[in-house]
Amino acid sequence: MESVLQPLRAYEHWLAQYKRVWRGTIGTSLVNPILYVTALGVGLGTIVDQTQNAPAGVPYLDYVAPGLLAAAAMQTASIESSWPVMGAIKWTRVYYAMIATPLNERDVFVGHQLFVITRIFTSAAAYLVVITAFGAVSSWWGILTVPAAVLIGTAFSTPLAALAAAIEDERTFVTIFRFLIVPMFLFSGTFFPVSQLPLAFELAAYVTPIWHGVELCRMLTLGTVEVGPALGHTAYLLGWTLVGFELARRSYRRRLLG
Amino acid sequence: MIHARGLVKRFGELVAVDGIDLDVKQGEAFGFLGPNGAGKSSTMRMIGCVSPVSEGTLRILGQDPAEHGPQIRARLGVVPQQDTLDFELTVRENVLIYGRYFGLSRRELKPRIDELLDFVQLTERAGDKVEPLSGGMKRRLTIARSLVNDPDLLLLDEPTTGLDPQARHVVWDRLFRLKQQGKTFVVTTHYMDEAEQLCDRLVVMDHGAIVAEGSPWQLIQRYSTREVVEVRFEDERPQNGVFEGAAERIEELPDRVLLYTRDGDATASAIAERGLPPHSTLIRRSTLEDVFLHLTGRTLVD
Repeated sequence: MESVLQPLRAYEHWLAQYKRVWRGTIGTSLVNPILYVTALGVGLGTIVDQTQNAPAGVPYLDYVAPGLLAAAAMQTASIESSWPVMGAIKWTRVYYAMIATPLNERDVFVGHQLFVITRIFTSAAAYLVVITAFGAVSSWWGILTVPAAVLIGTAFSTPLAALAAAIEDERTFVTIFRFLIVPMFLFSGTFFPVSQLPLAFELAAYVTPIWHGVELCRMLTLGTVEVGPALGHTAYLLGWTLVGFELARRSYRRRLLG
Repeated sequence: MIHARGLVKRFGELVAVDGIDLDVKQGEAFGFLGPNGAGKSSTMRMIGCVSPVSEGTLRILGQDPAEHGPQIRARLGVVPQQDTLDFELTVRENVLIYGRYFGLSRRELKPRIDELLDFVQLTERAGDKVEPLSGGMKRRLTIARSLVNDPDLLLLDEPTTGLDPQARHVVWDRLFRLKQQGKTFVVTTHYMDEAEQLCDRLVVMDHGAIVAEGSPWQLIQRYSTREVVEVRFEDERPQNGVFEGAAERIEELPDRVLLYTRDGDATASAIAERGLPPHSTLIRRSTLEDVFLHLTGRTLVD
């Protein structure tokens, strides 16, 4: 029982902090999708659709919207799990306050991840509302993009938390965003099918968790769910999450219990 | 409350704590005194059950930290060396959230927090953010926070380092009250006056080992003399050996000479009789600082 309750107590800390800023983040969570969907789905989409050559044979808006939702989950999760983790170790030292109490390093990690999940969940829900309002969701399956987004998020947030707890220099995050997160955002099936890429890059795209996330969200909003691939994508994302979880647990232990 | 035998802490090749024995009894105010890097904080972290023991036996409140870490920590109050307060939250929220880590309900915490903030004289700042508070206020808040679970054992790692004299005295006053209430606590410090003010018994640590143990008074008796005469000379220093026999122990420093003696007045007049007119003479009681410097040396430790 304690092992369930203790992470929730660490989670309360992050919620108390979030309470001060949540209004601002809700605004951003709605404005960002509106801007992206308008520019790419409606703006660029109008041109793409005129070519009569739209990917997956659907309006470009419908194609790109679930990709954007998935990519946003990746970004939210990555941001929330990098600087804040390092901050809780080096700057505010909040983690050290936690482990001086009955909480252990696992509770500290899980409690923080619960908050990251909360952020992914709320921003994905806002994204879903926006793309639905734009008419980009054609199936009830679309509701499942929210839990799918959470899974995409944890596939990134757990390994990144493991890294954040192991490194000293926050500039590493800038490198990671520049050379991993941004290329994944651009080239992993969000905006165009990866089959358009040179073969080596196409194969690399299949390895990234985000490609699986985008594919999963797209079949959900388009209502083209096939059980096999859907389970495959889910399992792949879950795999990253679980490996990340184990790495983070070790990395937190090494860092906090010196 | 604390029982340690042959306690060792290693970080790779580095031996931070090198086989110390320790017993702290209920109601005792116990101090670790030592220069930076002596192993005080590493010992404190092992006692606080947040750093595994490399070797030796350690029992806190009768339990083994390796097996019962969370249970032991539930009964400890920790004031860390560096503040771990949440600057974004208010004074009250900081104590509240910390109390929640112990599984205390918001209902039982409410009156408790009022009481604690009153105790550390922060009631008026309860609703303010922590960020703009002074260093002394932050320390007091950390102390209030450490008391939220009504701990059996309080661990204070350099509680007044970095505070101005007024703030230090307020902190000492609060800690003294806790001592009067019968709380057991362990303090690390490199301030001699702090150790003298707060500790019933202390150990001096150097290079990971305990080099002396006793009450402040016992240590002064054992390792120093009752009084010390400090003499300074204008420009011409008397030759070596002229102080011979004037005191029990003589220490010549670049700027002054320290004469450790039982009777300061007698020593001072003896020097004057030898025709050595010093620029200034100060006769004072021996302090823990004399003990400390005698035991750990004057070399600067970085």
